[in-house]
Amino acid sequence: MSITLTINGEEHEVEAAPDTPLLWVLRDHLGLTGTKYGCGVAQCGACTVHVDGVPRRACVAPVGSVAGKAVVTIEGVSGPEADAVREAWTELAVPQCGYCQSGQIMSAVALLKSRPSPSDDDIDRGMAGNICRCATYVRIRRAIKQAAGEGER
Amino acid sequence: MSRWLPCALLMLAIGCDDCGEDEPEPVADPLPGTAGLRSVADFADIADEEARSVALFEEMGKVLTHPRCVNCHPIGERPLQRAGEPHQPHVVRGEDGHGAPGLPCASCHGESHFRTVPGNPEWHLAPAEMAWEGKSLAAICGQIQDPERNGGKDMEALLEHMESDALVAYGWDPPEHLEPAPGSQALFGQLARQWAATGAHCPPEPTGDVEGPAEASEDEVSPEAGEASAPTEKAE
Repeated sequence: MSITLTINGEEHEVEAAPDTPLLWVLRDHLGLTGTKYGCGVAQCGACTVHVDGVPRRACVAPVGSVAGKAVVTIEGVSGPEADAVREAWTELAVPQCGYCQSGQIMSAVALLKSRPSPSDDDIDRGMAGNICRCATYVRIRRAIKQAAGEGER
Repeated sequence: MSRWLPCALLMLAIGCDDCGEDEPEPVADPLPGTAGLRSVADFADIADEEARSVALFEEMGKVLTHPRCVNCHPIGERPLQRAGEPHQPHVVRGEDGHGAPGLPCASCHGESHFRTVPGNPEWHLAPAEMAWEGKSLAAICGQIQDPERNGGKDMEALLEHMESDALVAYGWDPPEHLEPAPGSQALFGQLARQWAATGAHCPPEPTGDVEGPAEASEDEVSPEAGEASAPTEKAE
């Protein structure tokens, strides 16, 4: 069936069953491959996007459930928190293999939007659903603090 | 106002010893027992009202202590899942029961089930004061009647929560791979109403070596044998 989606501010008409995972539609129908497939069962966070401003695991979000909502992916995330995260991530060279990083960044931006000055506990809790196989967690923490304006430069 | 006027006039006409009190009514049309939960009618032959009330609560306990209920009433800040294993990933209750900033419950739990991920529009954890993981039935019984620890509910509000709350209803309608709570919500609601109508008495505290209230952290909860294990990596 035809479903109208708003992705990164643009409307898209896609032909998909409503229970198709949003991740499949983003990557295979729309070519937005910045959002990664990691585990497929909401255990790793690699597929994190924002739906109406709330972080959402695209691998377990049926596409029908996001029709009419504002979906933002790593390709379109913007605003002061996203700018600060991008700058900090680049400056600290956070990624190693990079596979998990779009999900890490989407979660970090969501965390900073609701906790502009996150404590270590806030970071632990807000980022607990994003796994990094290269264990870049120390740099991720530093980058979030730097993006919040509290890190060492 | 017009709804209540005839009732008030009737009370004046016939007199009333308990005016102003809302005594729970006994269940008039008991549902049959089903799916491991007995009917209210099965307790009718217990002559002593207090003993009947306790027996009804013990039957309710099959639901209250089932993982579909306990998992979201955890003693710690981390919910449980499946048969009572620590939730993966390591999410927490947060300030309002909807998870931590950056990792709300709604990150994964949508408005309906998706494959193995349960969903419900109201998905959230019970507040810490409503935690009963590991507690005795006696303790749970006292706790759920205490407005300080049940969200300020009087008995009628408590009964309505148990018999019609949309998230409580999830307990009997989980994804296929999860065992539902015993019986049905309607039957559970009837047991609760009959328990209230018989005085809402509580079972005695267990004695001797029987397990008491758990003060253990969630890390000490053992997964049940035979349960599929979840990934153990954490982002911390």
